[in-house]
Amino acid sequence: MKPAPFDFVLSDSLEEALAVLTEAGEDARILAGGQTLTPMLNMRLVEPAVLIDISGLHALDYIRCENGYIEVGAATTQVAVETWPDLPSQAPLLAQALPHVGHFQTRNRGTVCGSLAFADPSAELPLCLALLEGEVMLQSSARRRVVKAADFQLGMLSTARQGDEMIIAARFPVAEAGAGYAFTEMALRHGDFALAAVAVMASAGRLRVAVGGVADRPLARNYPADLGGDALDDALNELAWDLAAADDHHATARYRRELVRRLGRQTVEEALTCRA
Amino acid sequence: MERFEDAALLTGQGRFLDDLPTAPGTSHAAILRSPHAHAEIISIDVARAEALAGAYAVVTGAEAKSWSEPFLVGVKQPMEHWCVATDRVRYVGEPVAIVAAESRYIAEDALALIDVEYRVLPAVVDVMAAMAPNAPVLHPDVGANLINERKFKYGDPAAAFAEASHIVRASLRYPRNSCTPIECFALVAEYLAAEKTYDVLANFQGPYALHPVMARALKVTGSHLRLRTPADSGGSFGVKQAIFPYIVAMALVSRKAARPVKWVEDRLEHLLAASSATGRISNIAAAVAADGTIQALELEQIEDCGAYLRAPEPASLYRMHGVLTGAYDIPHLAVTNRIVLTNRTPSGLNRGFGGPQVYFALERLMQRIAAELDLDPLDVIQRNLVPAARFPYRAAAGAILDSGDYQACVNQALDEGGLAALRIRRDEARAKGRHYGIGFAAAIEPSISNMGYITTVMMPEERRKAGPKDGAVSTASIAIDPLGAVIVTADSIPQGQGHRTVLAQVAADALGLRPQQITVNLEHDTQKDGWSIAAGNYSSRFAGAVAGTVHLAATRLSERLAEISARQLNVDAADIILSGGRLYARGNPDNSLSFGRVAGAGHWSPATLPEEMPPGMRETASWSPDQLTAPGEDDRINGSAAYGFIFDFCGVEIDETTGRVRIDKYVTMHDAGRRLNPALVDGQIRGAFAHAVGAALYEELAYGEDGSFLTGTFADYLVPTACEIPELLILHRDSKTDATPLGAKGVGEGNCMSTPVCLANAVADALSLEDVALPMTPARLAAHLHGAERPPADTRPDAATVPATGKGRGLAGSGASLVSAPPEQVWRMVLDPDTLAAIIPGCESMERLGENTYRATAVIRIGPIRGRFRAEIKLSELDAPRGLTLSGSAVGPLGSGAGSGRVRLTAEADGTRVSYDYSAEIGGKVAAVGGRMIDGAARILISEFFKRLANMAGGSAGEKNSLWQKIAQPLGLSR
Repeated sequence: MKPAPFDFVLSDSLEEALAVLTEAGEDARILAGGQTLTPMLNMRLVEPAVLIDISGLHALDYIRCENGYIEVGAATTQVAVETWPDLPSQAPLLAQALPHVGHFQTRNRGTVCGSLAFADPSAELPLCLALLEGEVMLQSSARRRVVKAADFQLGMLSTARQGDEMIIAARFPVAEAGAGYAFTEMALRHGDFALAAVAVMASAGRLRVAVGGVADRPLARNYPADLGGDALDDALNELAWDLAAADDHHATARYRRELVRRLGRQTVEEALTCRA
Repeated sequence: MERFEDAALLTGQGRFLDDLPTAPGTSHAAILRSPHAHAEIISIDVARAEALAGAYAVVTGAEAKSWSEPFLVGVKQPMEHWCVATDRVRYVGEPVAIVAAESRYIAEDALALIDVEYRVLPAVVDVMAAMAPNAPVLHPDVGANLINERKFKYGDPAAAFAEASHIVRASLRYPRNSCTPIECFALVAEYLAAEKTYDVLANFQGPYALHPVMARALKVTGSHLRLRTPADSGGSFGVKQAIFPYIVAMALVSRKAARPVKWVEDRLEHLLAASSATGRISNIAAAVAADGTIQALELEQIEDCGAYLRAPEPASLYRMHGVLTGAYDIPHLAVTNRIVLTNRTPSGLNRGFGGPQVYFALERLMQRIAAELDLDPLDVIQRNLVPAARFPYRAAAGAILDSGDYQACVNQALDEGGLAALRIRRDEARAKGRHYGIGFAAAIEPSISNMGYITTVMMPEERRKAGPKDGAVSTASIAIDPLGAVIVTADSIPQGQGHRTVLAQVAADALGLRPQQITVNLEHDTQKDGWSIAAGNYSSRFAGAVAGTVHLAATRLSERLAEISARQLNVDAADIILSGGRLYARGNPDNSLSFGRVAGAGHWSPATLPEEMPPGMRETASWSPDQLTAPGEDDRINGSAAYGFIFDFCGVEIDETTGRVRIDKYVTMHDAGRRLNPALVDGQIRGAFAHAVGAALYEELAYGEDGSFLTGTFADYLVPTACEIPELLILHRDSKTDATPLGAKGVGEGNCMSTPVCLANAVADALSLEDVALPMTPARLAAHLHGAERPPADTRPDAATVPATGKGRGLAGSGASLVSAPPEQVWRMVLDPDTLAAIIPGCESMERLGENTYRATAVIRIGPIRGRFRAEIKLSELDAPRGLTLSGSAVGPLGSGAGSGRVRLTAEADGTRVSYDYSAEIGGKVAAVGGRMIDGAARILISEFFKRLANMAGGSAGEKNSLWQKIAQPLGLSR
């Protein structure tokens, strides 16, 4: 379990990192926290020609609250966000979800943007980004663009990032005043990948539900703000079937659909109780 | 009292194998492993690997055949197990070639340069399927996968069943799991050409009965295989027994590379191919009186030993043979044992070794008896326990239960463990509609295995021919140096349990010293230290056998010292007391000599020693329990020297929403004889309990139907962590026994035997289940809670085609795409090799092998994952221009895949509808580590194929941008 040979670039600046990325394209990988990439390198599932380490780019290590967004830089660890004092008030959903991301030890190094870049279908942070309709900021030597969550994660481990681009920040919308947020996850052990995870926002205008861990990427839907009772069960049942769950040796597709129905209902009710 | 081991371990000064320095020039090995569960090896080309700079040698089955022999095993059949596959692979992960190189990095680079051509054979992973008449046969010369069957009868079970008022039956399946030590296998092997000796340092754990097996495989006498063990080993739980084939393989590698070779197994290798407990199907029946008294048992055991029967197997099946009636007084017993090979990793030692399988059947049966006869399960257990007055008790199949008072243990446990309160708790929970259950289990924990029990697999006449095998020899030495310092060595081969601490206590007690004054060195060297075939760290032999033997050696030394000092103190040797580092006459502590002075006489002045006392100051003791005799003509076998007793009960609750089991309370009562170090005993119980919770709720080495291995990381093989292990209440009641020198019995494995079934009984009680499958995962239990599933509002094609096979990594799916070209044009494109090459994702080259048959090289990408595959593609069942079957297989460093799909072309107004369905099987590394991702990855690749096809045909019929959506929609890729 040793990686294949690669060139290692410890970037001093974003410009340098992007220049290397422009040259190497798909043959390069960005190393930020390395909590997913390192084991994949060791198992030789990923064999980049160049590894660009951005963990020392302090310019990308920030949490900023502006224009209605919480912007998290590419070098910012999950723990930094988890322990950000304003998190419970500004992003209650992230505050609930972050403790489920791996273990405390992995969150010490793992980055928020790294999780989005990897696009694991069971990961909590892409689910939160999808529910909140956040954005990903992509930068190359030539251009910068902002991509909406729905357009960013395309499928299993697949994103809209081009080979010469790197994620420089993620933007999570600040919590709407009066809205309730809830997050629930079923994983086999503490810190495991979710068999199903549900995130809900209940605002005055709508009920928004997102599910991770079941389909190839998080799926989010809007419902009327007053959806409840049988109509809520009907909606969650349709959502459960729409996810095209599959069997694996941990759980059946049917079990995952049941989690969507039952955890879905629980999570919606929790979000509604938090709604002002 | 602190463990002597801890200061080093807690400050990072442990001396594990990988910490130790190696000789200059030591090479590092990496192993190429089979991606297939069953295949013939057509050819292996190692030329490119050998040519790689820094690669020193490549060993394949060819070297194995010239320098070694297949491993010996206790069941005689025409089947060969070599240290490296020769002509056929029989499980995913089987070693096919080994590279020694300057570094592990280069060795792994070289693996990718080895080309192996396989002919894939059908695989069989289910033990029942393996016994079916048309099953693929692993070892053709045997002719079947059932390699041994034996029937046993003790007493008159047939009459008891004929007369019984009730017969209660149960069928159980114990899954494959493993105790997964934190440190994997590690070794350094060196061939000393001048001495014609293989010198190996390995974290092997015994049994040393495997040393002759390794020496024979290497075609040397035992003295030419020097096997040493390091000071520290990071856990084993039996598993490190299975390093022995690698010791032989790496010995050959060092010989070919003409330099030492180091190999450290990684976690993927370990989970994939190290070892496993046996899977077992047990069909058990009891002849029972109306009051629950069991008159007879009938037991059929079908054992899945994996691809090769590897010594000491079939020990898993026979370790418990003498005590198959458990803690119960059951006079009549019928047993049928079947040993079956499947395309899975070979089985081996694993904490509990045979016990978890036996008690899962027996104690589930006890609960079923209660359920079917409407009795209290606790009453059924208590009614059948061996009465206290009957010890030593000879069990039906031969075990001699040495001591105990099982009823007293149970009563104490119920009282101190609070069963009455637990029952109230259950009733209250149930009143609120919650799913709460109570489970019980009683078990006998055997320790110190009889080296002869495995021969129970042979017919009595075969045993007569082979000669008797019995006993369990333990060897220990104590030396006192010229200044009076004491050094203890023994054959225990510890893996973290704290043996040094206990042996220091035992020696100190006999010599009148403090434990801190005793040095214990348990590094072992087969050329220099005492050992016999029973040596090693298994069958819970330490407390009874090893500590007992150290006690014998220490006692002999103390007697010698007493004799020496008696002469100088002018008293009788019998009146000498050793205490506080001095020797003195009873009743007169002032008349004393220092320990060092007395002991030093053996070195400084042997002339002053009493007559006939040997010079120097060293005692080596060997001990074997007299009660361990060979199996008799009647097939009765006393498999172990001592038998402890365990009684557990627990309360569990199952969550209605998720099906998750919460262990609310767990009580475990042990009689392990005399406890030498109570804290270490409780540590063993906690450790075994944690392993058992894993086996009960989380762990299974999972395989697909094609034999692909699915749990190659700890993200898929779920070992519980501290978060998942509840607190447990440990209780003790120690009985006296003469079975071992110190009266101690083993205690390291018991909860692996009692706990899984205790939890299963509780879950069965909570959900009123007849059948309980391990591991009791939330999804499995939820199936009993959630009733019939609510269908979707509309019938939808997606829902109907979602595969619900439950067979692991078999994939299936379907989809459709609209292409803006007529069917004839699309047809020509698919049949044109150049177009085909262009639409296969990542295709780098393609050559035609024959009519509509191609070989291609493709680099497949899924997100960051990228792998080069060699593929064979075939178009068949051509029905121009309406449909064809596209089938193929691919193999590469990431693994292998095979599949086929039917493609149909239908003319539509503005083009062609291309619809398809496919099924595929994925194996090798990618299946083992990326199980969660494979369905999605396959869908991406297949949709990519049709996207390219549509583009080649001039784009989709609809809006170009929506093409992706059109393809992706039915695949569930889009929202």
